[in-house]
Parts: sequence; C-alpha cells; structure tokens
Amino acid sequence: MSAFNAIGEEREIDRDEFTPGVEPQPTWCPGCGDFGVLKSLKQALPEVGKTPEEVLTVTGIGCSGKLNSYLDTYGFHTIHGRSLPVARAAKLANPELEVIAAGGDGDGYGIGGNHWIHTARENHDMTYIVFNNEIFGLTKGQTSPTSPKGHKSKTQPSGSAKTPLRPLSTSLDAGASYIARTAAVNPNQAKEIIKEAIEHDGFAHVDFLTQCPTWNKDARQYVPYIDVQESDDYDFDITDRREAAEMMHETEDVLNEGTVLTGRYYVDEDRPSYTQEKEAVGEMPDEPLAERYFDDDAEWERSYDLLERHT
Amino acid sequence: MSDDELIWRIAGGSGDGIDSTSQNFAKALMRSGLNVFTHRHYPSRIRGGHTYVEIRAAAREVQSRGDGYNFLLALGDSFARNPQEEAYYGNEEIKPLSENLDELREGGIIVYDEGLVDDEDIEEVDLEERAEENDWHVFPMDLRGLAKEHGREVMRNTAGVGVTAALLDMDLEHIEDLMEDAMGGDILEANLEILHEAYDTVNEEYDFEHELRAPTGEHDAEQALLSGSNAIAYGAIDAGCRFIAGYPMTPWTDVFTILSQNFPDMGGISEQVEDEIAAAALAVGASHAGVKAMSGSSGGGFALMSEPLGLAEMTETPVVLIESMRAGPSTGMPTKPEQADLEHVLYTSQGDSQRVVFAPGNIEEAYEQTRLAFDIAWDYQIPTIVIYDQKLSGENQNVDVEFFDRDVSPDLGSTLTEEELKEAAHDASGKFKRFDYNEATDGVVSRSIPGQKGGRYLATGNEHSPVGHISEDPDNRVFQMERRLEKLEKIREELDEERDSTQTYFGDEDAEYGIITWGSSQGAVEEAIGRLNEQGHSVKGISVSDMMPFAETEVTEFLESVDEAMVVEMNATAQFRGLIQKELGRFGDKMTSLLKFNGNPFEPAEIVEGYEVNLADEDREPTAQVRIEPVAGD
Repeated sequence: MSAFNAIGEEREIDRDEFTPGVEPQPTWCPGCGDFGVLKSLKQALPEVGKTPEEVLTVTGIGCSGKLNSYLDTYGFHTIHGRSLPVARAAKLANPELEVIAAGGDGDGYGIGGNHWIHTARENHDMTYIVFNNEIFGLTKGQTSPTSPKGHKSKTQPSGSAKTPLRPLSTSLDAGASYIARTAAVNPNQAKEIIKEAIEHDGFAHVDFLTQCPTWNKDARQYVPYIDVQESDDYDFDITDRREAAEMMHETEDVLNEGTVLTGRYYVDEDRPSYTQEKEAVGEMPDEPLAERYFDDDAEWERSYDLLERHT
Repeated sequence: MSDDELIWRIAGGSGDGIDSTSQNFAKALMRSGLNVFTHRHYPSRIRGGHTYVEIRAAAREVQSRGDGYNFLLALGDSFARNPQEEAYYGNEEIKPLSENLDELREGGIIVYDEGLVDDEDIEEVDLEERAEENDWHVFPMDLRGLAKEHGREVMRNTAGVGVTAALLDMDLEHIEDLMEDAMGGDILEANLEILHEAYDTVNEEYDFEHELRAPTGEHDAEQALLSGSNAIAYGAIDAGCRFIAGYPMTPWTDVFTILSQNFPDMGGISEQVEDEIAAAALAVGASHAGVKAMSGSSGGGFALMSEPLGLAEMTETPVVLIESMRAGPSTGMPTKPEQADLEHVLYTSQGDSQRVVFAPGNIEEAYEQTRLAFDIAWDYQIPTIVIYDQKLSGENQNVDVEFFDRDVSPDLGSTLTEEELKEAAHDASGKFKRFDYNEATDGVVSRSIPGQKGGRYLATGNEHSPVGHISEDPDNRVFQMERRLEKLEKIREELDEERDSTQTYFGDEDAEYGIITWGSSQGAVEEAIGRLNEQGHSVKGISVSDMMPFAETEVTEFLESVDEAMVVEMNATAQFRGLIQKELGRFGDKMTSLLKFNGNPFEPAEIVEGYEVNLADEDREPTAQVRIEPVAGD
C-alpha cells in the first residue's frame, strides 16, 4: 500500500502513516477505552488499502471527538452531535472519499440522535463508530442515554429514572445496513469489525464499548465479553432482519444484567446505499461533484437558460 | 397615484389558482411592453381563505405595489363553504369582494362572480351605495356559469381574465400565447373558448363609462418576470453553487424548491433533511469537501443554524446561508413579511462571531448580491448570509434579460490545487499548515480539499494551531483571532474600493432631508421620495445592503449631508437604526424611525405621510398603521 507525503512523493504506508508526528499526544485518561478505537482504526485502515488522503474522519464533541486529532487523515472535528450531517454531505460531494464518522454515546445517541436515525434511514455509505462508555466523560460524569436505569450522577443524584436507549435495535429499525458491537477490551475483534464496516457499502454502525475508568468505574465493559459468532449458544442468520432484531434485543437485555455480548448482528449487502438510491432517481451527478471544480473542461450550465421560462 | 397605471387585483380563495392566473396575466402585460410589479397576499392556509395578488403595470418604472388599486376581479372563494363543516367555516364566498373594497380607488372597476355569491350577501356590503359614492364601475358576471358551460368551474379564472381584457381594451394576443405555452388539447380549447366568450360578452352587452384602460409601453430589451426567490436561486446557480440542503419553511421554501427542481439537470445535489441544524451542517460538510454549497431558512429555522454557522466561522469553511424573514417572534405570522431578524442574523452564534451579511433591496440586487455572497465566502473562507423577506421573496418584477451576464463562476476562491499544494507550507510531520498565520494574506490562508495529495489537515471548531490541532496556547489564540478578524476589514475595503457600491441612492444629491432604508422597503421609499420631490420637497434616500461589514463610509457621508433623516423599516424595535448608531457611534439626534409591523409592507403614501408628520413636528401619529419613533433621547 502506498501514499503520498507532503510534497506528493509516493511511499509505502503502514499504520505509522496514520499517526501524527510529535504532537499532539492524546489527552485521554490512562486506561481509557478510546485508545482501543484509535488503535483498531490505525490497524484497519492500511489493511483495507486506504491512504490517509483518501480518508475523511468526522467527529463530534467529547473525548471521542478528539479521535481525529490523533489519527492522521483528513479530519473535521465538528460540534456536539453534528458529525453525521457534515459527514454525509462530504460523502455526497465526493463519493470517492472514505468517510468515517465518530462520536460518543452522549454526542451520537443524545444530542445527535435525530441525525443518527436519519443517516441510518438513508443508508449513507459511511462508517459510524460510537464510543459507548455509558457516561458523559469530558463534561465530567453525567448520565448519558445509555447509562443504566438507576445510575447515580451529579445531575441525577437519586439515580436515573430513564430506561437506557437501545442503540443496536434503534439503528436496525432506522435502517442501518451493517450493525455490530465490539469492545476496546477485544482489539482483534474490533479491528476485524472496523475493517468490515469500512468495506461495507452502506451505513455501518459500530457500537464500540469503551471503558471510562475515571467517571464510570462500574461500567460493565470490564466484564468478560462473549462473541456471538464464536459462541455455540447463539445461532442466528446475520442477514435475517427478524433474527438479528431478536438477537439485538437479547444482547441489550442482558447487558443490563451484566453480560456483554459483542459481534456482528446484521449485514444487508443488498440494500443500495444512499448515493445509489439518488442515482436511481436521477438526482446524483455521474462524476464526483467536488472534482468538477478542478476540471477546466467541465461544462457548467447557466441560469441564463432558465430565464426563458420567465420571458 | 397617477392614472397612467393599472393596478389589477385578483381575489379569491387560496387554492383557486389566483397565483398562476395572475402570473400569466402579469407576463401578458409585460409582453405588451409594460413594466410590472406583483404583490402577493395570502393566509397561512392551504385551501380557502381570502387571498389576492396585485399586479401594477405602467409604462414607467414601477418599484412597489403602489397605493391602493384600480381594478378588482373578485372571483369568489370556492372553498369557503365546506359542506361537512359549514358551521365552522361559515359562508365566506363574498369575502374576495367584501374584504377588498376599502383600498379601491375612486373611479375603479369591480368585476365579481355572480355565480358564486348570493344577492343578499351583496346587499349586506352596501355595494350599490358605496359604488355611487366612489364612482366605481361594477360589472357582475356569471364567470362560474360561463366556465362550467364550456369546460370546468375552475376555468372561471380564464373568464375573469377575458372580462378584464375587454374592459381594459386589451388585445388577447399575449394572453392566448401564454395559454398555448402552458396547456394543450381539450383544456386549451376550452380555455380559449371561455376567454373569447367572456371578452365578447363584455363588448356586446356593456357600454363602458369608465376611463381606465391598459396603459401602453415599449421595452428596450427583452424582459423576464422574476421573483426575489428566482433571483436568489439563479444568482446561486451562476455563482457555481451546486449543493443545497434545507428544511421547508415559508418563505425560504421558494428558493429551496427552485434549486431542487433545477439541480438534477445541471449536475447539482439537493437534500431535504431532518432539521435546519442538519441542513446548515450539510452545507458546511459539502463545502469542506470541495463544492460551493448553501443552505437557508426563515427566522425560526435560522435560529437552529446558529451552531453550524459558528462552526463554519471557526473552521473557515465558506458557506452561503439565505434568511428569508417573516413576522416573528417565534412562529409569528408565517405568510407575512417583516424586517425584524436583522439582529438575529448579525449576532447569532457564540464568541466574537464574524460573518458577512448582505440585504438586497430588489430583484436585481437579490441576484447580484447572492453572487457576491458566494464570491466573498470562497475568497475569504467565511460564511455569508443573504437576508431578505417574504415580500421580496414573493413579489415579481420584470428585469431586462441583458442584465444577466452569461458566465458561471465555479471558482473556489482561495482553494489550492494539488500542484499548488506541493509549494505550500507543511510542518515536520508532513501536515499541510492550513491555518498558518504567517502565510496569511488579508487574514486568509489558502485551503486544501479532502482527497488532495499533500493537503492533510484537521479542521476543528476548537481554537487550533497552524496545522489544525486543538490549541489553547495564548499566543496562538491571539494570532488566530486577529487573523480571522482582519477578514472583515479587508472585505470592507474590497467592497468600497474594488467592487461597485451595493448601496442604492435616490433623489437629488443636495437634498436636505434623508430617508434611509434597507432590504425590501427600498421600492416604496424610492417611490415616496419621487413623489415628495415632485411636491417641491428636498429629499434623498439611501438603501443600504451591506449590514456586516457595515457600509460605514457611505452611510456616514449620507448622514453628514442631511439636516435630518428618517429610517424606514418593517419592525417594531428600529433594529437597523440601532445598527447605524452602534456602527457609527453618533447621529442619534438626527434620526427618526418610521416603523411598520402589521404584516403588510409599506406603501409609498405611508412614507410620504410619515415624512410630513415628522417634519411638521406635530404631536400626532400618522394615520396609517405605522409608528414614528423619535430621535434618540427624545
């Protein structure tokens, strides 16, 4: 695999190519699960044959939002909850970009929940990694949408009265065509899942369990996980929507009881991506729109021609 | 209020085809050589309810709806009587006639549809008595019956146009041409039959005593009839915009719709998304990835765009946002114009927020300033906003086709090509120094586009170092902040020195009294100034478009040159006057405000009256629904 350096010279790439120079050093706490996501991405990207220039990582706000500060691709660190609308427009503008969006459970399932549902519904061809540590980290430990019921925090001192959100099932209902859950404590599985997610043509949602050693000491991510593909106890057809839904429900039920199930839950290779859907109805340009601006031979239609209907 | 003009008002129920009929009739008048200006009044309701469109036509220029009108075609509201819910809707069929009598000028013509209203309703509005008092000429016609006989009831609009043409002694040629363009087959046949029978009936059965006739005129160049929304959409297309994301909201929807309908054919992308935060964020994302992109909304939706707007500022992502104002606060009056979002647009978003704001005052300015907004945004990597309102959005005016230049400008401004990137500054790790303040010109550092070789960097809404890494270093903060702030100064210089003024002036340069306005109130102000000067007053005007960076020099010179000034705007809190005082830091004792905020735009006579009351220094309010706000400190 090769890439281009600053002055456009070609050279071999490996995971170091995705690591920035001396600065900045990650500001994540020691033992943070976010390191696991960074590591699996650095491993996965060269293996799927992507150069740093071909990848755009779009992040939200929070500890997870700093992912692309430590990952040397094109990056856009946006604002709380808004990574997905920025990411999907970049993909529409230039479908040749490999777009990876990332954020936390507060960022993605809370404030950005609406965008998540609609991006899944439209099945944009991108990877969405949610760092799910069941807590707000950077704002110092408040209850998040995935915190368990009864979770006590500074903002819910008597314990949360809310049932936690079920990200896998919600994503399936919304229309995501690839859904998996992995965990920072399981680096090999994480790398494989991220590779699959990147290679999948459609909206690939990875719920990535990351431990927060500072604010969520009780987090169940410490409990040994079970890989649903590896275990004989779980047999389901990953391409069957109903079976996948049932499996997800079970996974989300038992998580509350302390059993962590991970793995791939749903893969729909047949569902066209949003770009393909738009092409089918004639609303997608044949060539990447972004490239036309650099093409001196591009022909631009003018509004002058539209005036005829007004004369 | 001269008699050399026709102001034709067609009234009916929403959904009765008032809009399309008036559009065609306005075009027919335009094609006959006249200048036209249309004004649309409609309720926030899909079908039924009183709505009207006014078309003002004259040989001379027409810049506003004018005062009152002189021809009423009252079609009746076919949706007024809902058989299931009669008690709720009541009987409003008479409304297109009864609601419109107050502004009809003396000697005016009324045509109403006998087929849709009952005699007793007519008696109730004292039509006969009022007609006598005002010398109105009333023509009851069974338009519905005529339409039904030859085709369908809905074709009574055509019958109404036929009657109008006969009464105004107009040739049917242009009307027929337009019908042939719009339809064919049996429908066209039926409409033509109806048109002719209505025309002939009037000529055969009536002796005209009225003096009103269609004026005659001749254009120097071919004309196009455009709305402000058309002008903005076409300005965006010619600026090279090929990506729009939006969420529907009146009146912004018009621009969104026009571009959505045209983009597929020109290789552009339109996205209707889940909310306005997403819409503006999509525009930012597309722009980041290398496309000229825009979004927009009206007041309530624009409120949601505050976050992505700030993100665009901090990441220096060019983007154009359109804000079409309607009456607020909150949902306000969805279909009524107001100029009360100025402060909202200037100051929304956190921090020392910087953006460029243009406020076009007419159709041509809407086109030009939209193009300018794109040029400035991509040259300076800053969000620009075009603010206009429901009035300018919906009104139509004819423009010389020659006004439109024929070049699309798909130039990405200060964006580097891959070749240029090789020469650009990189740091030791190989990252492109996207935000290198040492490399800035006019506050701008050239940018790269994701996918380009050698252009890798991080864009972040946090304060950032030259390569884009999050940084709280105090020196870096000051350098970056000052660099970004420099842009507005340079943009001001460019607007003053290199580009034609976007401010518009009226009246004699030596006049003693000044009227200052902005946005869509321009037309009424222009006309009022003309009238005042004809009456022997000494008045001039300036219509300001550059809200941020503010047109400081031009407005200062204008205010210095007059003894007194009146600021005319459609809001209750004198937002634009406040901006002038804030920006210039003086003139508070020179400016009076004339405000209107009842949901209807200014008519020229109201401005004339405001001037008279203000200058006479009388202790009275103007009689119209406008308010005088005295000079600061009074």
